Parts: sequence; C-alpha cells; structure tokens
Amino acid sequence: MLEIKNLHVKLEEEDKQILKGVDLTVEAGKVHAIMGPNGSGKSTLSYVLSGRDGYEVTEGEASLEGEDLLDLDAEERAAAGLFLAFQYPVEIPGVGNMTFLRTAVNAQRKARGEEEMSATEFLKVVRAKAKTLKIDADMLKRPVNVGFSGGEKKRNEILQMAMLEPKMCILDETDSGLDVDAMKLVSEGVNALRDAGRSFLVITHYQRLLDHIKPDVVHIMANGRIVKSGGPELALEVEHNGYADILAEIA
Amino acid sequence: MAVSQRKLDATEARLSAMALPEGGAWLTEARETALARVRDMGLPARRDEYWKYTRPDTLVDAAATTAAVFDHGEAPVFGDIDRLKIVFVDGVFDPAQSDALDGENLTIERLADIGAADIHWAKDLYGALEAKGQSPVERPLAALNTAFATDGIVIRATGKVARPVSLIYQHVSESSDVVLHHIIKMEEGADLTLLENGPAAARFNKVMEIDVADGAGFHHVRAQGRDHERRAITHMFGRLGKESTFKSFTLTVNGVMTRNECVLELTGDDAIAHVAGAALGDGDFHHDDTVFITHDAVNCESRQVYKKVLRNGATGVFQGKILVQPGAQKTDGYQISQALLLDDDSQFYAKPELEIYADDVACSHGSTTGAIDEEGLFYLRARGVPKDIATDLMTLAFLAEAVAEIESDELSEEISSRLEGWLIRRRQA
Repeated sequence: MLEIKNLHVKLEEEDKQILKGVDLTVEAGKVHAIMGPNGSGKSTLSYVLSGRDGYEVTEGEASLEGEDLLDLDAEERAAAGLFLAFQYPVEIPGVGNMTFLRTAVNAQRKARGEEEMSATEFLKVVRAKAKTLKIDADMLKRPVNVGFSGGEKKRNEILQMAMLEPKMCILDETDSGLDVDAMKLVSEGVNALRDAGRSFLVITHYQRLLDHIKPDVVHIMANGRIVKSGGPELALEVEHNGYADILAEIA
Repeated sequence: MAVSQRKLDATEARLSAMALPEGGAWLTEARETALARVRDMGLPARRDEYWKYTRPDTLVDAAATTAAVFDHGEAPVFGDIDRLKIVFVDGVFDPAQSDALDGENLTIERLADIGAADIHWAKDLYGALEAKGQSPVERPLAALNTAFATDGIVIRATGKVARPVSLIYQHVSESSDVVLHHIIKMEEGADLTLLENGPAAARFNKVMEIDVADGAGFHHVRAQGRDHERRAITHMFGRLGKESTFKSFTLTVNGVMTRNECVLELTGDDAIAHVAGAALGDGDFHHDDTVFITHDAVNCESRQVYKKVLRNGATGVFQGKILVQPGAQKTDGYQISQALLLDDDSQFYAKPELEIYADDVACSHGSTTGAIDEEGLFYLRARGVPKDIATDLMTLAFLAEAVAEIESDELSEEISSRLEGWLIRRRQA
C-alpha cells in the first residue's frame, strides 16, 4: 500500500535535515504504529507524505499503491486515497462543517472520475456516521472545528475519514488531548474502518492508544530514521523502559 | 480652515460650465443654497486629508471618463425577488420598464415632477441632511449633487411596506454622467426595504437622504453593478429617531472607482444602525468606504462591518468613524474593517477612528489586512479540495461576516450567490 524508501527531508527555510533515510512499507489491511521521542521526525513524516509546503525531499521516494506521491499536490494525494488525521485540526471560521465535508467528498469523487454525491444522499450518510461518533447536528452545522473541544476536533477528524473512505490513513498523535472516554470513542471509530483494503499508520507517543487500536507492526523512530521494528510487544517495552534502552542498543 | 485660492478657482472653473436645473421655487432655493455650500468648501482636491487614499480627479472633472457598457450575461440581481421596480436608464426614469409608483403605506414620486411644484413636503428634507452632514467633515460632492440633481425618487412610507422597493440603474451610454438624489421619509413605525442595483452610468453621483422617524425600520441592500470602467461617488445621509432601525449592506464587484460615503446620526434613544459592505476587486479596482456615525442619544447601537477581497493590484480604502457626543451614554459602537489580499500587489488603506465625549460607553474597533490563512488552505487541500476551490471557500468565509449583516435570508442568499458567481468566473477565466 504505502512504500517509503530512503526518504531524506529537510526544512526548506532552515536547511535543517529532519528525515535521514526512512524506509517503511505498510501492507494493505495492516496497522503500523510509529513511536519515538520528541523531535525524532514522526510528524514531519506525516506532513511530507500529505504534501504540506515547507519541506524539501532531498533523496528517496514514497508511493501509494505504486503511484509516486511526492510529485502530487496535497489534494491529488487525498484523491489518490491518502488521509492525514491532524494532530492539531485547523479551525476555519466561516466555512460550515457540512459544506466543508461535502465539498471534500465531491472534489475527491470528481478527481477520480466518479459521480458526485447528491445533497440528500450526503446528508443521510453523514448523519449516520456522525451518530456513531456522537457528533450532534450542532457540531455539523458549526464552522469547521471552531469552538470545538480537543476531543470534538479529533472526533471530527475521524468523521472526515469515515466520509472520505481513504485507503491509507495516517493518524498523527490522534490521542493527544483526549481523555480516556474520548480516546475509546475515537479508537472505536478507527477500528470500525479497519478493512482488508485499508491501511493505517498510527503515530503516537504512548502505548495506551495501541491498547485500543491494535497494531500489526510497531516501529521506533529516532533521529530521522526508523531504528527498530517489531510486533506489538515493542510498544509495551517502550512503555516500561522508555526509549533509552532501545536507543543505546542501536548506538 | 481657509480654503486655498487655487482650489476655489478650480471649483469656479468647474461650476462656470454648469447651470442649475429648472425647478419650482422650493427646489430652486435648495439648489442655490447647496451651490453656495460647494462654492464655500471648494470641490475635493488631491491633497485634501479626507481624500488622501482616493484620488477625486475623475469624480470632479468636467466630463465623465467614458465607460464601456458591460454585458455581463448574468441574471439581474434581485431578479427573483417580488418587488416594486423603478428603473432609471442613464439616470432618467423609465416608466415603461417600471411598475406603477404606488403601494400600500407608500407614496412614490419623482424628483423631476415634485420639483416643478411650488411647495412639497420634501422641502424640509431635500438637502437638509446633506447640509447637516457637512460638519464636522466636508463632503462637497454631495452638495454638488443637491445643487445639480435632475431626477431621483421621493418615497414616503407611512406603515409597513410589504414588497421591497427596487431601484434599478441601467447604464446605456458610454459617456453618461448621472446625478440622482433620492429622498426617503420613514414615518413613525413605518418599515421599508429598499433595493438598489446596477451600474447607473459611466459616472454616477448619487445622494440619498433618509429620515427614519421614531420606531421606524429602514432596510437597504445594494449591488453596485459589474461594469468594469464605471465610476461612482455615493452618499447616504441618515437621521435615526427613537427606537428606530437602519440597516444597510452594499455589494461592490468591479468598477475602477467607487467611493461610498455613509453619514448617520442617531438622534433618538435606543436607535440601532448597522452598516456593512463586501467588495471584490481585481486589477484596476479602487473601492473606498467612508463612514461617519454620530451618536447623539442614549443607549444606541451602531455596527460597521466592511470586508474587501483584493487581487491583481486592486486597492481598498476604509475610513470609518464613530463619534460619541457628550451625553450619549450607554452607546454600543462597533467597527471592523478587514481586507484579504490575494497577492502582493494589492493594497488596503484603513483609517479607523473613535472620538468619544461620554464616559459610560462601549466602543471597539479593529482593522486587519492579511493573506489567506495557509494552515486552513492546507487543511482543505489535504481533504482533497483543489487549491482554487479551497481559496474561494476561504474567501467566501472571510466575507460571510459582512453578508450576515443582511437580515433577510432571501436577500443574503442572493448576495452570497453573486459573490460565489464572481469567484467562479474568476476561477474559470
């Protein structure tokens, strides 16, 4: 599904190398988790993959189902099936959540040469999906993320994911700012989307989220590279011993 | 301040080529008095402080610069709204295209007709609010209008008027130079919605004097017409009585030169004045909102909400003032002017002012100039919305606060769809 080879990335403005040769393959239907200390490059990886400005790929490649991602604009990557659940979802005053969702769904459909969703059909689908995420009609009507609590914002991310039905979902510290109940709700939303044709890359600091969203593979990232990969037990090891042991081991 | 001889000479030179229109005794008197005001003040010149950001030349020149008639191929604004239509073609009332000038709780007359009469109730209003609005800041082009207006509409509302009255301005001749003066008298408890749309002329000088008596409500929505080369200087002078409401919204797209002045005085307690505008300009576009709101009564509320979207070197100006007179306690005054600059070539000049002589008031003002929010843009794009559509969505969102000032849903939807139409045309161009 997602294939990253020897990816090197630097910040355009500061000439600072952030990623120093990331290799990662996420197979269809699998959940991979990336853990790592602050500043290891986890969020940068998610931004580079989703097409944010300000990063320069100096070496390496990244592809989604064989299609070169790095050549595409952010919206083209989205239409190709890539989805990033933001660590800090952006507030957009004046743009209604529903308008936003419908514009996004139909823009992607159009880009893929599919028929656009009618207003009635859209409303029906969005209401059903919102209900399972406990997103009420008021939240749907309000401007995108404006006045939403931390938990509401993350639930809104998952609703977007559910509506857009991407193939490859990247969750960037989706657990940050969530209380236990909200984390459960969000995880249930994610688990409901698990499917043989859909892959996940879950970026997190804490093993806790991985109790709810069970990964197939866990990677440890440090200093711009993936330094260790293993099964779910690797996350538990980090939880108990911190990163120091792992980092010492590879040094 | 003494007026320079040079300015007075220039004014005399301009006036010498003009003759006051014929009219009845009361109107001739009002015109002569206005002409004297113009002579005292002198016409605006480039170095006037009040014209610092907008060059008055083309509005003052003896002849109007020609403006091509623009066939926009778009359904007329307000076309689907049930309304009483009053059509002016190059500034001349056209009975054939207009509806019958009557309605329940309403009398409508032409200035050209009543001006010939020896006496008319409009005598007490024509030029009166304009003259009062000359202080503390002079507005010579409004006085020029009072002196030389040949036509206009004179409306008296005596109760709730169900259908909006719609003034439609058609621009036919490339060199039309039009001066219209409207009078609107809202009697106690009356309620009226006035619509205006169309480019009017190559050059349009319009004054509207609105007297809103106690408890009356005046609602105004205007779309200024999409002719690219048109020029306009418009003034609204309003007086608000006790517990009255005055709401005005203006949409401006295109036009090389537009200056809209709005001068309101809240003279009765508990009055409410909301004025707003949305302007979209591309390239050779200059748009100036000049607003002056005077609070002279207790517990009144005023709001100014002006938004401009500028690109390809377009220029926007906002000069807005709230003046709170001594004794105007419990005033609630708010003013916001914002510009969204879609590139580095466009410019926005803002001069927000508060002048307060009462000690128990809440007044706030703000002004911002900025580019489109990159974070928001990326968020939309990351969800698959193409950059140009995302930009338009953010632009509409930016303008939404001004459009929200329109009370009627039907009218605000009409204005929103025009904004959207303009953006879509630019996107596809």
